[in-house]
Formats: sequence, structure tokens, C-alpha cells
Amino acid sequence: MSNTLYEVGRYSVFIKSLFYKPEKFSIYVRQVFREMVNLGIGSLWLVALTSAFMGAVITIQSAYNLVNPMVPLWAVGVVARDSIIIEFSPTIIMLVLAGKVGSNIASEIGTMRVTEQIDALEIMGINSSGYLVLPKIIAAIIICPVVVIVSMIIGITGGWIAGDLSGVVPSADYLKGLQNQFLPFNVTFAMIKTVVFAFIITSVPAYHGYYTNGGALEVGQSSTKGVVNSSILILIFDYILTQLILA
Amino acid sequence: MIEVDNISKTFGDKQVLEGVSCVFEQGKINLIIGGSGQGKTVLMKCVVGLFEVDKGRILYDGRNFSEMSFGERKPIRQEIGMLFQGGALFDSLTVEQNVTFPLSMFTNMSAAEKRDRANFCLQRVNLENVNKLLPSAISGGMKKRVAIARAIAMNPKYLFCDEPNSGLDPKTSILIDELIKEITEEYNITTIINTHDMNTVMSIGEKIIFIYKGKKYWEGSSDDIMRSTNQELNDFVFASRWMKAVKQHF
Ligand SMILES: Nc1ncnc2c1ncn2[C@@H]1O[C@H](COP(=O)(O)OP(=O)(O)O)[C@@H](O)[C@H]1O
Ligand SMILES: [Mg+2]
Repeated sequence: MSNTLYEVGRYSVFIKSLFYKPEKFSIYVRQVFREMVNLGIGSLWLVALTSAFMGAVITIQSAYNLVNPMVPLWAVGVVARDSIIIEFSPTIIMLVLAGKVGSNIASEIGTMRVTEQIDALEIMGINSSGYLVLPKIIAAIIICPVVVIVSMIIGITGGWIAGDLSGVVPSADYLKGLQNQFLPFNVTFAMIKTVVFAFIITSVPAYHGYYTNGGALEVGQSSTKGVVNSSILILIFDYILTQLILA
Repeated sequence: MIEVDNISKTFGDKQVLEGVSCVFEQGKINLIIGGSGQGKTVLMKCVVGLFEVDKGRILYDGRNFSEMSFGERKPIRQEIGMLFQGGALFDSLTVEQNVTFPLSMFTNMSAAEKRDRANFCLQRVNLENVNKLLPSAISGGMKKRVAIARAIAMNPKYLFCDEPNSGLDPKTSILIDELIKEITEEYNITTIINTHDMNTVMSIGEKIIFIYKGKKYWEGSSDDIMRSTNQELNDFVFASRWMKAVKQHF
């Protein structure tokens, strides 16, 4: 427990240190663009694949669970759409990204720590945490909402194709369901969650990488801690945000 | 000139440095020598401010570095070049980008000016045609030289080298030592080197400080070492049969 408190305290100090006045603004802007490209392009394939299959599975499972004469078949479209928009795309996709992006960031920064590259930045008088981490956080906050929207589109399309191909939900029913009782606020809610999760999956692994002490073995451990802790935090904040905003 | 005045440093309850005082002189090679784990790196990192000291003062040409905030230290930081033990090159940047990095950060030089400066520094360390390579593609000795080029890019007044020839073959070690010595004299820099390499001590050491268990046990010149009667120093320096033979013929 006291260890957790210590980590939370040190994490807060770390986050605060990110916002120390940058040396040269133009360099930070360039870093943000580079990170956005890395993150966006780097995760596209994984996100597309995961979303298409999960959309298909959600649709077929919903159809399977809704075998009741009282419930019209188009309800599957409603259920698939809402589960993808509210829960699947923002939460599950961000969990998947926590694994990919998180381990990447923690090991990159951890390696820089143990090979003294961070010291080399500090010795020049550069705020190393701000220089290395802030562009990653900003890039994720900008690009993750785009990735999640793409995931929603692919997921819903995946469900449509799977339902139609398998004959479980005819195209016309699915499309009718999609247009039924659509709440635009659900998308807003999903975007709020995405931004919070984007902050978590970049800052938490970066924190673990930044405070790595030792060598290659410890870099691996930091990477694991970064992924595990950001995944847990995503689940906790998913619950908190759902309570705060929907309840 | 850098004055270190009675500094101490602990990690947790482990006392790593205790009341160390010394003066590093301008235009000279100042050596910090001692066995592994005796506190050389920690001493150096305290002096440059990568670690905060618990007690004591560090003065850079009279400027009290230890009392300054992060922001106040910046001008001094830009006068410091440091060569880290493993080179610490940024591995996502090419050799040239590594050397121009501080220039991009702290000057308004044009791209052409930065390239010229990088070429000048790389030539100074006898490296050519490696500008576009990544650090992973060059040898250990070349990495050290690129790191020296990066350290001198901003025309430092103070140059710190942590074990500049660890992991290098004897011939490359001598080249690196000579390079550091030439640069020190050419630009009248205050150079501080951490080492346990007796070759370095005897060939380029001018002012030598011996650290043992976090304390300064001895200081003097490389000639003084031969005559010293300090037991701990002699145990360290004359550990090898070869050095014992040297002493007998001195
Ligand atoms: N960041 C740190 N935290 C805790 N102990 C450290 C740290 N850095 C160094 N030490 C300890 O300080 C002592 C001196 O280390 P160091 O200065 O690296 O030795 P060397 O003379 O080989 O350079 C060692 O016992 C080391 O374990
Ligand atoms: Mg050392």
C-alpha cells in the first residue's frame, strides 16, 4: 500500500515535470507530428483486424442471444452499434493499444535511461521528461480518437458483413437497426473515454520507463509494469467515467 | 576551474560520497581514479548536477552551481560537455544528427551552419563518411569519438569523461586519451576524466584525485603516484605485476 502511494506520488511529480517550459517550441511540434505518424500508421493494421473480427463476433453473438419472437431481428443492429461505440472501440481497442504502444514507450524510454541517453539530455540542460514524453502524450490524445472512430466504422461494417454472410442477420435488418434510436452523445462519451485512456497508455508506461534502474532485465520489467498498470487503470477509469457520465 | 567543496551523497542509507573536496583546473586533464564501485561516477554526476548533493558546494569559476535552480543552471549546462561511459548516443538519430542535436536545441544556426559545425567536430575526432549512419552501425571506438564530437559541438568550457576507454582495445584507448588531451589544450578546457586505467593515468594525467570508499584518499601528479606511500593508493595502482615492475625502475 505505501508502495502504491509512493508510486502515485512520484507519478504526479513526473507529470508535473513534463510541463516545464520547453527549450524550442518548433522542435516539440515536429516531435508531436512524428509521434502521431508512428502511432497512427503503426497501429492501423492491428486496430483494423481486431475491430473487424470483434464487430463480427459481437453481431453474431447478439443475434444468438436475442432468439425471442418478441424481439425483432433489427435489434441486433442496435445492440452491435451501441456495444461497439460505447464499449468495444474505446475500451477494448485502447487496451489492445496499451499492450502495443505501452510496451513500446516503456522500453524505448527505459533503454534511454539505462544507456544514459536521458542523462545526456539532462546534461545539456534539456528537460528530458518533457522532451521525450510530452510529445507522445499529445500525439496520442490527438490520434487515438481518430483511431477509435476508424475502429467503430470497421467494427460496425464487420458486423454487417458477418451477419449477412452467415445469414444470421440480413443486411436490411442490420441497417435498419443501425439507424434506430441513435444517440450522438454515445460517440461524445466514447471520445471522452478515449482521450483519458490515451493519456494513460502513454504517460504510465513512460513513467515506468523513465524510472528504470539497472539494465536490460529491468527495461523488460518496466515494460511489463507499464502495460499491466495502464491496462488496470483503463478498466478502473472506464468504470469511473461510466458512473460519472452515464449514471 | 571547478571547486568541489566538502560534498557528501547518500542513496537511502548508503553513504556513497563523504566530505569530498577538490579543485579541477582549467586547461588540464584532471583525473578521478579508483577501483570499481568506489564512487567515481557518482562524484562526477554530483559535480554536473545529475545527482543533487546532500551537503557541500560546487563552484563553476566561482558560480555556485549547487544552489541554483534547474532554470538558473541552464547557462552553465550549455558550457558542459560530457562523454558517458557507453557513449550515450541517441540511437534513433544519425551520427550527424547526434552532433547537431545541441545546436538545434540551443542555437539558431541554419541547417548548413549546423552541418559545417558537425563536419568540423567529426573531423576533429578523425571521423569521416559516417554522417548518415546510425549509432548501431558503428564500432564502440567510433561511438566514443562521435560522443566526443557531440560533447564539443557547443564549444564547452568544461568536459567530463566517464571511463572514456572502458571496453576499448589498448590502441583505440590511447587514441581516445590523446584526442581528449589535444582538445583540452587546444581550447583550454577544464577536463575531468574518471578512470581506473593506469595507462591513462601515466600518459595524460596532470592532476590526480584518488577516491576510495567514497572519500578522497590522495591527490597529486602522476609523478607523485610513483613516490606515494599511501597504502590504499599503492594497493590500487600497483595491483598488477607490470605496474610493480614500473615502480622498481622509476
Ligand atoms: N542511483 C543509485 N542509487 C543507489 N546507489 C547507487 C546509485 N548509483 C551508484 N550507486 C552506488 O554507489 C556506489 C558507487 O558507484 P559508482 O560511482 O558508479 O562507482 P564507480 O567508481 O565504479 O564509478 C556503488 O556502490 C553503487 O552501487
Ligand atoms: Mg563508474
